[in-house]
Amino acid sequence: MTRPRTLYEKIWDAHVVERRPDGTCLIFIDRHLVHEVTSPQAFAGLRATGRTVRRPDLTLAVPDHNVPTTPRRDAAGNRLPVADPDSAAQLAALEKNAPDFGIRYIDAVAPEQGIVHVVGPEQGFSLPGATIVCGDSHTACHGGIGALAFGIGTSEVEHVLATQTLLLQPARTMEVRVEGAIGVGVTAKDIILHITGVIGAAGGTGHVVEYTGSAIRALSVEGRLTVSNMAIEGGARAGLIAPDEVTFAYLKGRPYAPKGADWDAAVAYWTSLATDPGATYDKTVVIDAADIAPSVTWGTSPEDVVPITGTVPDPASFADPSKQAAAAKSLAYMGLEPGTRMQDVAVENIFIGSCTNSRIEDMRAAAAVLKGRKKAPGVKWAIVVPGSGLVKAQAEAEGLDRIFIDAGLEWREPGCSACLAMNPDKVPAGERCASTSNRNFVGRQGPGSRTHLLSPAMAAAAAVTGRLTDVRELID
Amino acid sequence: MAPIDKVEGRAIPLGLKNVDTDVIIPAHWLKTTSREGMGRGAFESLRADTDNLFDRPEYSGAPILIAGDNFGCGSSREHAAWALGDLGIRVVIAPSYSDIFSGNAVKNGILPVVLPQSAIDRLLEVAATEPIHVDLDTQTVTTPFQDRFTFEIDPFRKMCLLEGLDEISLTEKSGAAITAYEQQLDAARPWMRPAV
Repeated sequence: MTRPRTLYEKIWDAHVVERRPDGTCLIFIDRHLVHEVTSPQAFAGLRATGRTVRRPDLTLAVPDHNVPTTPRRDAAGNRLPVADPDSAAQLAALEKNAPDFGIRYIDAVAPEQGIVHVVGPEQGFSLPGATIVCGDSHTACHGGIGALAFGIGTSEVEHVLATQTLLLQPARTMEVRVEGAIGVGVTAKDIILHITGVIGAAGGTGHVVEYTGSAIRALSVEGRLTVSNMAIEGGARAGLIAPDEVTFAYLKGRPYAPKGADWDAAVAYWTSLATDPGATYDKTVVIDAADIAPSVTWGTSPEDVVPITGTVPDPASFADPSKQAAAAKSLAYMGLEPGTRMQDVAVENIFIGSCTNSRIEDMRAAAAVLKGRKKAPGVKWAIVVPGSGLVKAQAEAEGLDRIFIDAGLEWREPGCSACLAMNPDKVPAGERCASTSNRNFVGRQGPGSRTHLLSPAMAAAAAVTGRLTDVRELID
Repeated sequence: MAPIDKVEGRAIPLGLKNVDTDVIIPAHWLKTTSREGMGRGAFESLRADTDNLFDRPEYSGAPILIAGDNFGCGSSREHAAWALGDLGIRVVIAPSYSDIFSGNAVKNGILPVVLPQSAIDRLLEVAATEPIHVDLDTQTVTTPFQDRFTFEIDPFRKMCLLEGLDEISLTEKSGAAITAYEQQLDAARPWMRPAV
């Protein structure tokens, strides 16, 4: 009789290549996703030491951070150059490094191109029970299908390219159980914003978080990816949601996913990964789904969350003196006064996109609010950026692009876009953005930009009214 | 990677909590294919203030940085560690770090010292006027006022920092074990290879 184990422990145990006396393990990496920003120095390191990529077949490269979201071909079908020379150089480096090292590569004009964390599950390259890494902290996203997925630095990118392994210490485990049914207008994004507000930006540090409970089980794969995506905003390097029939239905038939008898064997294995009855976590947080409202952030840390019906908090209301200081600094940066109703905060910019919220379900949720409505005159810039070319094609097949365009929003090409100010999509200094992305850090969407994180439906509602808005007022 | 053992010098008393990687190095500085010169973009938003700590003459070339909880949270960008290194920082002292940042720091010869908030408060006070001494071998932080704080560090990380080890060369010694694992994986779960 083996000891009951959690999902995390089962995946970890299945990937141990070597166990060192101090507990550090050499862990095999099943999938390595590569993008243009955090890889050039790793490839340069391989070249300098004469190393090769050990498993190019397990590595997939796709450009996403720097690519402009404006059209990539002219009317005649020729590829348009990337104007920013630094961005162009980084993109060119990946385009050269991938074939030089024999790595699978999806180029910027391929129909499958998109944000690496949207592309991985969509292509069936990311699988349950797999270890997945990428030089990007939002790799936590893939935990939504039950993969142990986490962000790594560039030295680790080089290490994985060269050895297909990482030296890791086992993490502690944390369960975040969300029980009950979420209310009307409440989405996966609101669940994870609420969780981050409850546990804090460092609440999951040193832990892998498994999201459990009926509210999580009721989510689609798209919603689960949204939740796990932001595990890192609560400090956890990885999130996990046990794979189930919903996961299997999503993955079946995807290009890189197992086929035929292999598929059946894979499903049997994935099913066996669920946390055993009696297994224990180092920490458990229980949340009542009924407590979760459509949520927004007011500050410059993702833990700065309030319900849309709430007000900007008074820094003096925090018990911790360092949090008081941080809150005061945040409010000065955000240009907000304590006691202001969140619904009275006007926004000039709307961003619907990012690896958190750019899948088809997100597009549908935003379109449902915008259908037959127009963006408010005070909203100067409003863009919808699908997470991949396939999401874009699906949305267009459903006529969602027409809804966005008719409402006065721009319908863009896939990429990371205004989530991180590395490409032309930026929020001007001093202006606010209602953003479906994952980070409201100082300067994240451009120097001096002020970010309010929220769900796609809430971003659409803000576009209609020109202020942060309770989406429940706009839906039946 | 340069080995690290004893570091003595002025310590920048930043003290802030949740210092994220966008604060340490904003994204527009990431558009490079090299590791060099990142210090110019380090703490750009904080250094926009005329009286910021980083540009005060007394902290010029300071090898130590003191911060609050959850230092280096946010993105996985190793550029944050490169930027600190380029500024001349060899040691960060904070109550806690993001997991990814502390790993990146060690891989770049930067020692992330963990001390409780009470020790941080005392060190912030001392750092205003005096240098601080950090000794990795004995795992201690000391001040000219006889303060002495000991810290814990993972033995493997300590060895890597003391010896300036290249982790890839170390792992390559396990090449046979990796090959054996790959063969066992192919036998047990052949469907793990991508279908196309």
